Amino acid sequence: MADPIDLDHVTSLEREAQSRYAHRALVCSSTACLSAGAAGVRAALESDLEASDRSSDVQVVASGCPGLCSRGPLVRVETRGLEPTLYEHVDDEAASTIAQQHLIEGRERAEVSSIEPSLPFYAKQVKVVLRNAGLIDPDRLEDYVAAGGYRALSNALRTMTPEQVIDEVDASGLRGRGGAGYPTARKWRLLHDAVAAPDQPKYVIANGDEGDPGAYMDRTIMDSDPHLVLEGLSLAAYATGASKGYLYVRAEYPLAIERLERAIRSAKRAKLLGRSVLGSDFAFDVEVRVGAGAFVCGEETALMASIEGRRGLPELRPPYPTERGLWNQPTMINNVETLANIPAIVGDGAAAFAAIGTPESRGTKVFALAGSLENTGLIEVPMGISLREIVFDMGGGIPDGRTFKAAQTGGPSGGCIPEQFLDSPVDYEHLQQLGSMMGSGGLVVMDDSVSMPEVARFYMEFCRDESCGKCAPCRVGTVKMFDFLDRICRGDGRPRDLWHLESLCKTVRATSLCGLGQSAPNPVFSTLDHFRDEYLALLREESLAAPAPAGVVDADSLPTWGDDA
Amino acid sequence: MPTADTETKGPGATSDHPSGDDRFELLDKAMRRGRYGQDQLIEVLHVAQEVFGYLSEDLLLYVARALRLPPSRVYGVATFYHLFTFDPPGDHSATVCTGTACFVKGANDVVDALAREHRVAPGSTTEDGRFTLKTARCLGSCGMAPVVVVDGEVRGHLHADAAIDEVAARLATTDDRDSEEAV
Repeated sequence: MADPIDLDHVTSLEREAQSRYAHRALVCSSTACLSAGAAGVRAALESDLEASDRSSDVQVVASGCPGLCSRGPLVRVETRGLEPTLYEHVDDEAASTIAQQHLIEGRERAEVSSIEPSLPFYAKQVKVVLRNAGLIDPDRLEDYVAAGGYRALSNALRTMTPEQVIDEVDASGLRGRGGAGYPTARKWRLLHDAVAAPDQPKYVIANGDEGDPGAYMDRTIMDSDPHLVLEGLSLAAYATGASKGYLYVRAEYPLAIERLERAIRSAKRAKLLGRSVLGSDFAFDVEVRVGAGAFVCGEETALMASIEGRRGLPELRPPYPTERGLWNQPTMINNVETLANIPAIVGDGAAAFAAIGTPESRGTKVFALAGSLENTGLIEVPMGISLREIVFDMGGGIPDGRTFKAAQTGGPSGGCIPEQFLDSPVDYEHLQQLGSMMGSGGLVVMDDSVSMPEVARFYMEFCRDESCGKCAPCRVGTVKMFDFLDRICRGDGRPRDLWHLESLCKTVRATSLCGLGQSAPNPVFSTLDHFRDEYLALLREESLAAPAPAGVVDADSLPTWGDDA
Repeated sequence: MPTADTETKGPGATSDHPSGDDRFELLDKAMRRGRYGQDQLIEVLHVAQEVFGYLSEDLLLYVARALRLPPSRVYGVATFYHLFTFDPPGDHSATVCTGTACFVKGANDVVDALAREHRVAPGSTTEDGRFTLKTARCLGSCGMAPVVVVDGEVRGHLHADAAIDEVAARLATTDDRDSEEAV
């Protein structure tokens, strides 16, 4: 059998190979840029270079996501001795210009619009999780290794006991990035201390079932830097004594699935996974499991049911998965972003990580900026930054002459934060106080054209459709709450509907089995707290014949399906 | 090898599978790869849908038997998850993302416009089998909202009018499908 990978050797080979090129052109090949035509851009670059005699001077790389999706396709050109240039809105024609002027003629910069590094969108970021995103080829293990990858795992296996790894994570103050913010080390300790049945493994699972609409942090981490997730999961397994891992990914993310599977194959070949990881006693095997479109599967007990090939129905906790999880064995589930923080913590030490952020919420958080903003895309910011900085500095404010109305965080489990709270710091506690939550990191900005009761109805429709149906409060409650909201939005609501809605929200929150139902009323609560006037405006006048507000389609006005007309 | 089996094969069939349908061979291969593990059910259903386009009752029974699962369990799992579909898809399809960012950017208008234009309810296919309208929960391309996947191709910033044009263009490309079939 081949020897395990020699990280230093691979790094020096890779650096040497890269140094032979005068330019390295990184074409973003993440989902958003691909749909904006990045594949054609890469082909144009390559064919233009092919036609010249300079193709051996330029390394064209299909890279991960540099973040500013609204200006894609993005092409980053690194030229020896120069600051890198990030070209924006690159179409086939611009690609030819870049190839001709920058790569072939060797000008400092081609006559194509580019993004300055001083743009607040980039300048205010602190990159831990996304440190490689957009800078390496996600499909090449060597690229990840040359960027310092797998050093943390290799060092941990050689010089640290599992307990020491957990202590390091503990000292970093890392909390779960899936939304609730449970201290990661505490979870790890529970699995570490748990004992599996004889001849049965303990399990670790990376939760990549990113179901919140408007959130795509985990997808980008997985499709831009799949080895980072694998390394984090391997470290989690080593620290907790697990020998089998699963990466549970939404089926809606085919690119992430493909790249993770390729990463697993190359890691196995390099002995970074398998019976003896890097020649040590540590054995670890990983498999990708694909969801099939069920929001509830982000809940950990439902997720495990889905991995077992069953319907994704949540179970009552306790027992917690660390006591009885996958196939009744001790199991730990961490969010993808949580795991992506681990290599930095174990590799660079807890102190460097803990120096970022606030005392209660340490480190960074990745947000997916979307909605009514000039700049949308993926950002990684230190915890404690204000929402105002994110929305107005990094996001560039509201386009089309509109004004800011609310920032929605936490998806269907979160809430809407109005203008007057924009200066509060972004961390777990503050967002909760505002009636929202950190959530997984979706941040959708809404302008003054958006009706808040309609937003509440949108999320309730989502929860109604996604309720698994196991417990009555959620199954029935989400339908009834939606009906009330729908009636109010259509202008048919009566004051007592609002009263019923609020009382039902409280019941559903208090009595639902799992997080889906418990948090389903959150968007209603938060919009009622901050935008009650809008609800009242829809109720007032009691008018039966009031026209529906703009954007609402009256069910009666739709054509009758299948009607032969 | 001339056996009674070959008699039942369709005309021109060259499959090794007793049904005469090569697609079952692909499905069997996927199940073999998973060692017929019952926990592989969702993976197997994904393959079945990819190969056959949709999950017919016969197909579900076939999977149930192969994995030695009760048909109720297979049916239960298949109907629980949104991505599985039980009707043949249309020749063309548009999947409108209805995630939050797309909602803010008017995804509902896109759905309504396509529904009206083609007289088809979201989640179903036109009577002539030419066009399927679907909705999806966030495709994670929020920077490009509103997003519509037309015939498997992700298209960003596709507002209602543009979406109608795009779909019309796709439908026009195969107006000659009858002649294609004749070939």
